[in-house]
Amino acid sequence: MHQALVTVVEDICGRYGFDRTRMTDIVIAVQQRLGCVSTEAMEIIASKVNSHRVEVESVVTFYAFLSVKPRGRVIIRLCKDIVDWMKGYDEVADAMAKELGVTMGETTADGGITLTSTPCIGMSDQAPAALVNDVVVPNLTPERGRQVIRDLRRHLDPAQLITMVGDGNNAHPLVHSMVRNNIRRRGPVHFDGFESGCALERTIDQTPENVIATIRASRLRGRGGAGFATGQKWEFARNASGERRYVLCNADEGEPGTFKDRVLLTECPDQVFEGMTVAGYALGSDSGIVYLRGEYAYLRAFLENVLETRRRQGLLGKAILGKPGFDFDIRIQMGAGAYVCGEETALISSCEGLRGDPKNRPPFPAQKGYMGCPTIVNNVETFSAAARIMERGANWFAEMGSERTTGTKVLSICGDCRKPGVYEVPFGITARELLDMADADNPGAMLIGGPCRQMIGPERFGGQICYDDLATGGAILIFNRARNKLEIAEHYLDFFIEESCGHCTPCRVGLVLLKEVVHKVVSGAGEPSDLDYMRRLANVISQTSRCGLGQAAPNPVLGALQNFHTLYADMVSDRKLGLLSTFDLSKAVADAELRVGRMSQYV
Amino acid sequence: MSTPSKPRVATTSLCGCFGCHMSILDIDERLFALADLVEFARSPINDYKEFDGRCAVGIIEGGCCNEENVHVLEDFRKHCNILVSMGECAINGGIPAMRNNLPLRECLEEAYLKSPGIWNPAGILPNDIEIPLLLHRVYPCHEVVKIDCFIPGCPPPADAIWDTVVALLTGKPVTLAYERLKYD
Repeated sequence: MHQALVTVVEDICGRYGFDRTRMTDIVIAVQQRLGCVSTEAMEIIASKVNSHRVEVESVVTFYAFLSVKPRGRVIIRLCKDIVDWMKGYDEVADAMAKELGVTMGETTADGGITLTSTPCIGMSDQAPAALVNDVVVPNLTPERGRQVIRDLRRHLDPAQLITMVGDGNNAHPLVHSMVRNNIRRRGPVHFDGFESGCALERTIDQTPENVIATIRASRLRGRGGAGFATGQKWEFARNASGERRYVLCNADEGEPGTFKDRVLLTECPDQVFEGMTVAGYALGSDSGIVYLRGEYAYLRAFLENVLETRRRQGLLGKAILGKPGFDFDIRIQMGAGAYVCGEETALISSCEGLRGDPKNRPPFPAQKGYMGCPTIVNNVETFSAAARIMERGANWFAEMGSERTTGTKVLSICGDCRKPGVYEVPFGITARELLDMADADNPGAMLIGGPCRQMIGPERFGGQICYDDLATGGAILIFNRARNKLEIAEHYLDFFIEESCGHCTPCRVGLVLLKEVVHKVVSGAGEPSDLDYMRRLANVISQTSRCGLGQAAPNPVLGALQNFHTLYADMVSDRKLGLLSTFDLSKAVADAELRVGRMSQYV
Repeated sequence: MSTPSKPRVATTSLCGCFGCHMSILDIDERLFALADLVEFARSPINDYKEFDGRCAVGIIEGGCCNEENVHVLEDFRKHCNILVSMGECAINGGIPAMRNNLPLRECLEEAYLKSPGIWNPAGILPNDIEIPLLLHRVYPCHEVVKIDCFIPGCPPPADAIWDTVVALLTGKPVTLAYERLKYD
């Protein structure tokens, strides 16, 4: 038995060259093969890659999709993101749990099926959705949820749940998924056809410096949301000293309500990979990594195939397009269910086979990133845009958009609207225009997702989507007038509490305290001073957290307080001087009454 | 010696060790200045057990571990304009709160039934009406009533207590210097 385990694990380690920096791949492969990464398996891995068991364990226990103990053969991960919750998560979860005879988080007695929940899986346009192993099951209803359980009980094969396939490449045999693209508006940058190699042909005619100058002239800014000037980032990395340089593509789209990278990867992977190759040329790098979130594992075989085709076409590999010395290749690094890995330094940690913990900055990745070498980390959409800029020119690109934010933005719009989906729009478009396009249903608030993560009310619907006004990484959530904004903020806090890596106290502890006070107000027990406390605490968390996760996590609360202040002022009231409404003496003494056998004289 | 115009101050020790009250006495000769400045209402310092009117400031040592603590704290809240949590136990529950990770049953059994040297053949848990019922866990004061001001420390240094009381009574903002909050 033990020998068999050694053989399997050794074989997997061998596939990754017994390289401890590929630990993430190794433990994911072991999990897939054996259903868990047992303590025994960790010990074998440690000895094979010259590491320590605790080091392996620190990686295994970090990711939600990995487990030390075996779980069911089939794992149903029901997405409990805010939009799923709005679209009936509670009812679906309840129906599935009842049908299965377990509660959330449990496995059936025969070890067949585990039912659990997971944060946003990037399907908010077809919510409620679930991941059944790697298979996406969108548009769930209680009845459909029960049917999924009945089918799985019969065959325990998630692939057989796929009764019909989605549009576009979702129907490709290597994707074969029920996911729909829901592309509602095609723009010129990403959804206008792309001929493989056309951007690279224009790239290799120029010097790397000129390529960077072109990107700078286009004034392209990072599409992940932070909006750092792409050309400048590339230039920093090119000029930094290091043995090698790396091009990393952030496809760890985890921001709740974002799904545009899913669609870009499904429909324009060539353009994305070409953008990375352009960056490789500009930086003098020979190596790129796509960090693909574990939730998008269903796209992996398809993307590997695209890469293989590009190698055959001479668009990846040695001497690209026959240009001597232009070598560049791309590998896909899978994630395993950790939101924080979308933060660039955490993403690098994960690629290096470490826990996905953020690193201290400075040094910035452009100086010392992956393996200590100069590294750029750009969003999927940024690379796709870079490829188009090389094809059609910086001026063509810079003429689109608003005055100070050039180009277009791919938005994921979802929530209370009739046309959720992906929209490529020029920067400068107003929030109100988006509401009209998506056919919003009596909108009362919007959450503009991204590092700022603002919740705005109708008085700001005239604001523009651009880096100077409503900056966004792509998530636009629409809430109708009946929704309680602070309750929505509370849901976001739940998400960040779960996804906090736990390294720094403001984020790990502060968010829990913030949730407590938000809950108090939402439940009607709040006092006026709670609103001040909430604001103060949120600011402390923003200002003192170590990475972007904690720094931005309180924003929905701050935004709700700022933009909907009167709403909350009405929800709180001064208490009579006496016991707090949150303190219940009869509950606090109930146990003692039982033990001692008499009733309290104070209740 | 007291005149009606003096502000009244009340103090109490709930589930604490009286260390914070020792620290109040530790203001030394300033006790005379304090006596000039205020009149003590209900307090262990004068042993008055009940309130006989409103107070400007109430100072609480200790958290709430039993029903009587809650009752006293509520009484303080009703009678005091400004309520101050003084010291680790009032602010965080302190040493008594170490039992918060254990079920009450285990605590009682350990104390009255299982500890070495206990002779309790009838297995009785103390249930006299004079003995307040324990809460299922120890609460810091601000989870029971609204607290306006906190003086940290175990115990807080006499100077921190003095500075706070003087500032509250003279209507100045309470700011404790770094040295008053630094304990190592």
